[in-house]
Amino acid sequence: MSSADTLATDPDVPVTRYRGAFGRLYLEETRLVLRRRRNQALLFVLAVVPLLIGIAVKLSTPRGGDGPQFLDQVTGNGLFLVFTALTVALPLFLPLVVGVVSGDSIAGDAGLGTLRYLLTLPVTRTRCLASKTLAVASFTAIAVLTVTVVGLVTGGLLFGLHSVTLLSGDTVSLPDGLLRTALVACYVIIALFGLAAGGVFVSTLTENAIAAMATTVGLAVFSAVLDAVPQLSGIHHLLLTDHWLGFGELLRSTPSAADLVRWTGLHLGYAAIFLSLAYSRFTTKDITS
Amino acid sequence: MTVGQRQQLPDRPLPIAVPEPGLAVATSGLTRRFGRQVAVDGVDLAVPRGSVYGFLGPNGSGKTTTIRMLLGLLRPNSGAIELLGRPMPDALAGVLPRVGALIEGPAFQPYLTGAANLRRLDRSDATADPASSTERITAALARVGLTAAAGKKYRNYSLGMKQRLGLAAALLKPRELLVLDEPTNGLDPQGTREVRNLIRTLAGEGITVLVSSHLLAEIEQIASHVGIMSGGRLLRQGQLHEVLSAGEAIVRITTPDQAETVRLLHQLQLADIGQDQQTGSVTARLGDLAPEEIPAALVHAGVRLTGFAVERPHLEELFVSLTGEGFDVLR
Repeated sequence: MSSADTLATDPDVPVTRYRGAFGRLYLEETRLVLRRRRNQALLFVLAVVPLLIGIAVKLSTPRGGDGPQFLDQVTGNGLFLVFTALTVALPLFLPLVVGVVSGDSIAGDAGLGTLRYLLTLPVTRTRCLASKTLAVASFTAIAVLTVTVVGLVTGGLLFGLHSVTLLSGDTVSLPDGLLRTALVACYVIIALFGLAAGGVFVSTLTENAIAAMATTVGLAVFSAVLDAVPQLSGIHHLLLTDHWLGFGELLRSTPSAADLVRWTGLHLGYAAIFLSLAYSRFTTKDITS
Repeated sequence: MTVGQRQQLPDRPLPIAVPEPGLAVATSGLTRRFGRQVAVDGVDLAVPRGSVYGFLGPNGSGKTTTIRMLLGLLRPNSGAIELLGRPMPDALAGVLPRVGALIEGPAFQPYLTGAANLRRLDRSDATADPASSTERITAALARVGLTAAAGKKYRNYSLGMKQRLGLAAALLKPRELLVLDEPTNGLDPQGTREVRNLIRTLAGEGITVLVSSHLLAEIEQIASHVGIMSGGRLLRQGQLHEVLSAGEAIVRITTPDQAETVRLLHQLQLADIGQDQQTGSVTARLGDLAPEEIPAALVHAGVRLTGFAVERPHLEELFVSLTGEGFDVLR
């Protein structure tokens, strides 16, 4: 068959594998995640965050001081609605969404019993874990982009999009501002990969999806609690959630590349550690469900 | 114990296309413990290619654990597995595409329709041709009689429909071996009959079927081979008629001359000779004796016979005699 090649692992057995198989597997997993009503509802909640903030700011008289970071600038420039919404969503809503979807990844299939049928198709353990991890990562990105895009559209409609006055006081053009917004979204997505990978690992430990989701969200909460204890300031810079709000760095006239690389490295480091744990667990796991 | 199902081939060069009369499933010393409990204990399974192998045993006897090990879901503590001549789980990626399985009941995504569930499985399978997916799904659904319910959500399926969808998933691709764990569970008599016919048809196509069940009458009708598990051990295995005849046939002789009959049976060295005055019959265990010897000997001695029968035990009697009468789960 021209569009297929023989399995290299077992030359005695003529099994044909069709091109793009992993792509199809990944798409199936992502489609399954996106088609679930519950996950659609979570995205809806995320979309409501910038919408509500935007409307509230539009209807109220300007007040200085109170409220989350960037809120003051929203009336002057709709772009800041994105940053405000991300600041509001990062401590709770985004970890919740990521925790639910990542905690469900393996444990959900194990609980339903569909995991045993996937693995006996066969989908090898490695491919199964990889496709599910990528699906979770994709959903994480979609979640952050939902906040970003809805924030951008709402901000633009309510307040207009203008050149951006940075935290340092300098002003950059609108295209530069939009580029920085895109980078902010990317930073937040990468920051959440650590938690997403943690959720996938927890998900390989149990058949109870709810327990896995709760544990994953708990992971983020626990890290945030430690981050709030001043006596532990020595380890704060190593915590999972410590630099989640570090995207503010991108709104300085010359962002510290060293800091951004270090923080991104930490997020990806967490992701790598959790995924290694998930891999060693899942590839040797007894499937009894 | 190895049982070749095929007959001796004639004495001439073999055509190359003839498949090896090997085993579709072979395990040796397969053992699996959960904590202190030994779930599967030194099982040597031998499922000849082309056979319908009834895998029997009470609940908790280790059937499903064995099946999970065959399919690479559980790792054995010790022992070796060969599936279609290849070692498992090492050759998993090459072997499992040729194996269809129904393991401990069906399981599908509840919010997808039956057809969408099959599509999802088929697209996730690297060895399934995406170009023929739709035809194969339609054919599989038709084969299990689910065409009308293809567009219905899985969660709204009845137990029997779920079971059928599980069978359809196992039949999505051409298979060499089907491993069916309790395939008739939850089916009505009509459905049970259909599944029985389906298994016969599949076996007729040359597919080896390993079917676990506790419905002994079902197995007796379709199986060519059986294996009986109890307490994690494989107690009996072989061709159905062999296993049944090993359960010792009984001769029942109805005669007015009982005393003489008993004397003659003693002479023939039969064991467990018993008399039943009410029915006027004498019974004994047949043992190794050819059954036709007995009436000949009796008639020769002038005994008047009104009836002579050889009663072989049914699978159910054999099963109960091997695995115990008790209703309680053994472990």
